[in-house]
Amino acid sequence: MRYSAWQVIRQGLTGNRGWAPVWRDPAPRPAYDVVIVGGGGHGLATAYYLAKNHGITNVAVLEKGYLGGGNVGRNTTIVRANYLLPGNSEFYSHSLKLWEGLEEELNFNVMHSQRGVINIFHSDAQRDAAARRGNAMLAQGDDAILLDRDGVRAMLPYLDFDQARFPIHGGLYHPRGGTARHDAVAWGFARGADRLGVDLIQNCEVTGISVEGGQVRGVETTRGAIRAGKVGLAAAGRSSQVAAMAGLRLPIESHVLQAFVTEGLKPVVDHVVTFGMGHFYISQSDKGGLVFGGDLDFYASYAARGNLPMAEHVMEAGVALMPMLARARVLRSWGGIMDMTPDGSPIIDRTPVGGLFLNAGWCYGGFKAVPGSGWSFAHLIATGAPHGPAARYRLDRFARGDLIDEEGRGSQHNLH
Amino acid sequence: MRVAGYGRVDRGAALSFRFDGRPLRGFAGDTLASALLANGVRLVGRSFKCHRPRGLLAAGSEEPNGLVSVAGVPNLRATMVELAEGLEAQAQNAWPALGLDLMAVNDLFAPFLGAGFYYKAFMGPGRTWERVYEPLIRRAAGLGRLGRAPDETWRETAYAHCDLLVIGAGPAGLMAALTAGRAGRDVILAEEDAAAGGRLLAEDEEVDGRPGADWALAVARDLAAMPNVRVMMRTAVTGAYDGGTYAALERAAPGHAGPRETFWRIVAPRAVLAAGALERPIAFADNDRPGIMLAGAARAYLHRWGAVAGPRVAVFANNGGAARTARDMARAGVEVTGVFDAREGAHVVGSRGRQGLRAVTVEAGGRRHAVPADCLAVSGGWSPNVHLACHLGARPVWDDRLAAFLPPQDGVPGMVPAGAAAGVFSTAGCLASGVDAAVAALGVDALELPRAEDGAYEIAPLWHVPGKRRAWLDFQNDVTVKDVQGAAAENYRSVEHMKRYTTQGMAPDQGKSSNLLALAVLAEATGRSIPETGTTTFRPPYVPVPVGAMGAGGRGRRFAPERLSPANDAIAGRGAPTVEAGLWHRPSYFPAPGEGWEAACAREAAMVRNAVGVADVSTLGKIDVQGPVAGAFLDFVYANGISTLKAGRARYGIMLREDGHVMDDGTVARLGDDHFLLTTTTAAAGPVMRHLEFVHQCLRPEMDLRMVSVSDQWAQFAVAGPRARAVLGAVLEGGLPDPFPFMACGAVSVGGVAGRLFRISFSGELGYEIAVPARYGTALYAALLAAAEAEGGGPYGMEAMNVLRIEKGFLTHAEIDGRVTAHDLGLGRMVAEKDCIGRVAAGRPALTDPARPRLVGVRTVAAGDEMTAGALLFAKGNRPTAPNIAGHVSSVGWSTVSGRMIGLGFLKHGPERLGEVVRLVDRLRGVWTDVEITAPCFYDTEGGRMRG
Amino acid sequence: MRIDCPLCGARDRREFHYLGAAVYLDRPGPAAGPEAWDAYLHQRENPAGRGRELWCHEAGCGAWLAVERDMTSHAVVSVRLAEAGA
Repeated sequence: MRYSAWQVIRQGLTGNRGWAPVWRDPAPRPAYDVVIVGGGGHGLATAYYLAKNHGITNVAVLEKGYLGGGNVGRNTTIVRANYLLPGNSEFYSHSLKLWEGLEEELNFNVMHSQRGVINIFHSDAQRDAAARRGNAMLAQGDDAILLDRDGVRAMLPYLDFDQARFPIHGGLYHPRGGTARHDAVAWGFARGADRLGVDLIQNCEVTGISVEGGQVRGVETTRGAIRAGKVGLAAAGRSSQVAAMAGLRLPIESHVLQAFVTEGLKPVVDHVVTFGMGHFYISQSDKGGLVFGGDLDFYASYAARGNLPMAEHVMEAGVALMPMLARARVLRSWGGIMDMTPDGSPIIDRTPVGGLFLNAGWCYGGFKAVPGSGWSFAHLIATGAPHGPAARYRLDRFARGDLIDEEGRGSQHNLH
Repeated sequence: MRVAGYGRVDRGAALSFRFDGRPLRGFAGDTLASALLANGVRLVGRSFKCHRPRGLLAAGSEEPNGLVSVAGVPNLRATMVELAEGLEAQAQNAWPALGLDLMAVNDLFAPFLGAGFYYKAFMGPGRTWERVYEPLIRRAAGLGRLGRAPDETWRETAYAHCDLLVIGAGPAGLMAALTAGRAGRDVILAEEDAAAGGRLLAEDEEVDGRPGADWALAVARDLAAMPNVRVMMRTAVTGAYDGGTYAALERAAPGHAGPRETFWRIVAPRAVLAAGALERPIAFADNDRPGIMLAGAARAYLHRWGAVAGPRVAVFANNGGAARTARDMARAGVEVTGVFDAREGAHVVGSRGRQGLRAVTVEAGGRRHAVPADCLAVSGGWSPNVHLACHLGARPVWDDRLAAFLPPQDGVPGMVPAGAAAGVFSTAGCLASGVDAAVAALGVDALELPRAEDGAYEIAPLWHVPGKRRAWLDFQNDVTVKDVQGAAAENYRSVEHMKRYTTQGMAPDQGKSSNLLALAVLAEATGRSIPETGTTTFRPPYVPVPVGAMGAGGRGRRFAPERLSPANDAIAGRGAPTVEAGLWHRPSYFPAPGEGWEAACAREAAMVRNAVGVADVSTLGKIDVQGPVAGAFLDFVYANGISTLKAGRARYGIMLREDGHVMDDGTVARLGDDHFLLTTTTAAAGPVMRHLEFVHQCLRPEMDLRMVSVSDQWAQFAVAGPRARAVLGAVLEGGLPDPFPFMACGAVSVGGVAGRLFRISFSGELGYEIAVPARYGTALYAALLAAAEAEGGGPYGMEAMNVLRIEKGFLTHAEIDGRVTAHDLGLGRMVAEKDCIGRVAAGRPALTDPARPRLVGVRTVAAGDEMTAGALLFAKGNRPTAPNIAGHVSSVGWSTVSGRMIGLGFLKHGPERLGEVVRLVDRLRGVWTDVEITAPCFYDTEGGRMRG
Repeated sequence: MRIDCPLCGARDRREFHYLGAAVYLDRPGPAAGPEAWDAYLHQRENPAGRGRELWCHEAGCGAWLAVERDMTSHAVVSVRLAEAGA
């Protein structure tokens, strides 16, 4: 069933009883060409592009819970392509281009809203770093504008320009950056993949990966064994455990990142705003909630919840940057589990096991990567060769020292 | 309508207030909600999507409909706003007025605004979503207005510690607190409400032979009088966290002089969860009409505030609440027009009335009839308040008999549920449960129980009455039974999918009174039981918390500490604008009258090159390391050798991270055989200290040494320039030590104060740094300046310091940005052949590739050309696209000695390209310049001036 | 979260600095080879259960601590001074 305004009216006139299921609920078959482990954004996008770009439709996506139940349903929905370093620069640029056509591609309104991302800087040194980043973005073919203090004031008059502990010197404005409705991205890719013949299997936890003679043969699941010629792992948050089933150890430590939303409010924050000194970022959802977050809780964790010290720090940063925020009320907080790598950048690569492919290590940048990651991972699985924009996301880059360290913090996993 | 002889409001203390501009009167002890009801106001708000008229549903913080703005603060629950003289409350989400809301036209389009309609329309083409549809949706969505003016409300954060935290001061919580308090334990009793008693305030019941509310008041007074018990009223416990830590939000009483709100972190190894239970409605057609409210709320308004929603009340319930409500209303002289008990087959199937209820339609025995009513009291049963018990991730447990979820066992370590929160619904049961919980939590002796009612709770589950018209579940987000059924039909069968697709439970009330109904409807629609369907996740906070309360520490300049040099007073007296360096404020430049920063910077740099300048470098990190093996230890943490340094000498050192990149640089001075003093950059002082302790305690614990940060203990000043000797000679007792060659260090005396002198230079000139204990910083700085000015010199700031160091190719964190190696900086030869932190990893193949961007100097080819830091470098003739990026410029400055802009930067194969002209491109700022690649030193390349 | 410092007693998490897995105690020798160094610097067991890690009581006594903790429940199982060795 094709979605459209006319369809909404037609169904509305007939009591909304005619809507087709958004996806099937198939039982797992004994064998597939490709099994994707993980029904989050990356897994679903991978399945979609395997079918769409490569004609590989005998594919199952195995999800231990519900589709989109991981970090794609638990993030602050920011979509941007404002990276500095080779590797990230071309990858996120490609991903953003895919976002720009995603609604029509998927026939599902993911509410991709290019309202602009503004990174506030607070010193001459930060301005120079922002300028270097902005120039790299322009060289990549993306957009960037350097705002001075007055430029920021014109766009964000509600910031604290007079009292703030860290003065506002300006901002790096990325007009094509923005937000999207996170659940809709998962659902849109799921529906698209399903319509192309991919089996989406929920409540199906992978409990083992069968490897014979260095070659993957399939997976064991709570719903029985499934044979597969190729297996793609896209289980961020649990990457280490899933990879361990194939005997692999990963350069990943899991950390929790909190986020917060306020009660619904009439439009007041029209962009995505980040505060460099305070590790704070904020945007307003279409429903009216102010969605914001900060840094990791900084200790290894698999509990999808945070603790007070970082929650308070995030609130303090918010109040310091936007005094009006003090009277808004936090409605809900949540935490997602991040695959943190030693350089803060992800991995899309083959593994030492034949036919086993890895998509992991998204740190807290995974949401905006969803289409690009799916596209590149599908390419790798289908062709066996790395896809251009993701060609630097190699598993052995740490051993080689070929790092993509945007923050310049070094090999400590939680500092990125 | 107010009922004579009922309620605990103070009828002698009348208060005036306004609702939507309308002047009204209430009494002390009223909430805004009770006062509105007493004034006959039933319409209090509009729903989110369809702008349906709405009235009060509940009497507590779970209220979904009565959201108002007070003094610019949106979304306050009218049920939680204590009435005060002159209170002005505004209704929300209605235009132009609450009574005539033109947006209610949305309701006509409701068939097209079903769950998730926006996912299926408004797609493209191009950017029409952002430009057309999204602004419309954003304007329509949202509830109150935030207002962009700063919020000046006084709020604080605070800590508290206790043996036992009792959450809720109803019968169970009061007994738990009393049991623990009498046993001498430290107790905090936190109650969200302004009065103790819980349901005892809302029911007509006796405890120990007197009215329950009186009993509760007396117990609360007894508790407050105990020195080991702290009673915190108006304090909602909002979250349970690890390690027995709880968050709580305390509101000030109206007129209270202290902070309006305080965010508490309460550390309590044991807690009793006595948070009561929340009543839920039954969904039926048009069940959202103002006047339809929860039966328990109707009784609360009657008993606590003497208010009812109208003269005629009907009752609809699936449990004993039906009879109790009818009894209480009748006793109060309110006309009860019908009692419909679902257990006996009577169902309310519809309602009538425009902006308030006039009649309900009832179906009983196969017949339908209308029953007049201004108020319908509804009860679908009670749900224990399991929220906090589930904050650490445990799932609640379904109980078939109660038709409700119970708190999980050990969901929060140390927490014991009690009373209605544990599924105990009789007053006698709650009192006993409170005592038992305290005994279980602390092992103290039980108390004797007061006498109270002990009726059974009997319920026949009924979640929704089937019908064709819309039956509301989530009043705030306008989610109906049909929406949930539709979601299930579209295969959004997981409870999380249903929630996210329909937005059930995502509004400000977080579905407190509606989630279980929606779950039941989903279970029915998908052929599963309720426990099979499962719940969504309970997450903090239990009630919304102002960002300004939790973040009270961030207001204004409090967000981070401000660090000032010990010479700050003397510097400030010179009128220097400051720049931020981490948490420090440092002088940027010292303008002469009428001088801008560029002129001042050039003058100061020239002054240092030609005469002498004094700069405050107190902010540098300083670490004192002592012990017989201190030298060997420093050999391990610095990339270059340190132990070979002789006492009385200093050396430049670089420290690597274990991953082979440069962490920091600075000088190491050997003050004695077993005594070293390290300096770090200002920003890295803390991290370097921590790193050194890590290396010592974790990797080399056998090494006999101690270290301490002395950054704050010493004031330190650079004296640089050809006339530096004269300045120091004038200040030091006995004159400048002689000989005191380049990189010497030693003890000196300044006016009787023991100080230290280092002959080091960050400017390339003859230079010294002199240190004295911090309390003498201002005096020494003044003395140095006086001496310098006598030599034609003066103070210089960060801007000039930056130019001077760029001219010499010295580094700051603009170059040491965490991504560079010693090899990149041209310091590869400093990395000694020894085991030291970072040496092995620095040898990884990609880190030693000659094609890596490496440190170079850049100077404009044409003297007048511009150059900017953050610009990219491209080989001449290459297009400025990402694959062609050859490097970048990290620092720039106007160099008087070079007569042009110069800078430092990083270029692929840099050291092999000296003399090459490349293209500098800063598209962001419109700068395109030809620059020449040079060695990273523009001035006195032999170093004769600083050694001289 | 609270950590029981052997020198100071139970203190709030905000007094402590986290480094990472206690593997940081087992620094390879300079000649251990690239694989050992890759394992030390990057590869992590990353258990979804109990694990040992290094924390520093930075806003307290300054001691580095080897903490055994459950990564799923955040329960702290044991704390000892890192200088006492693994």
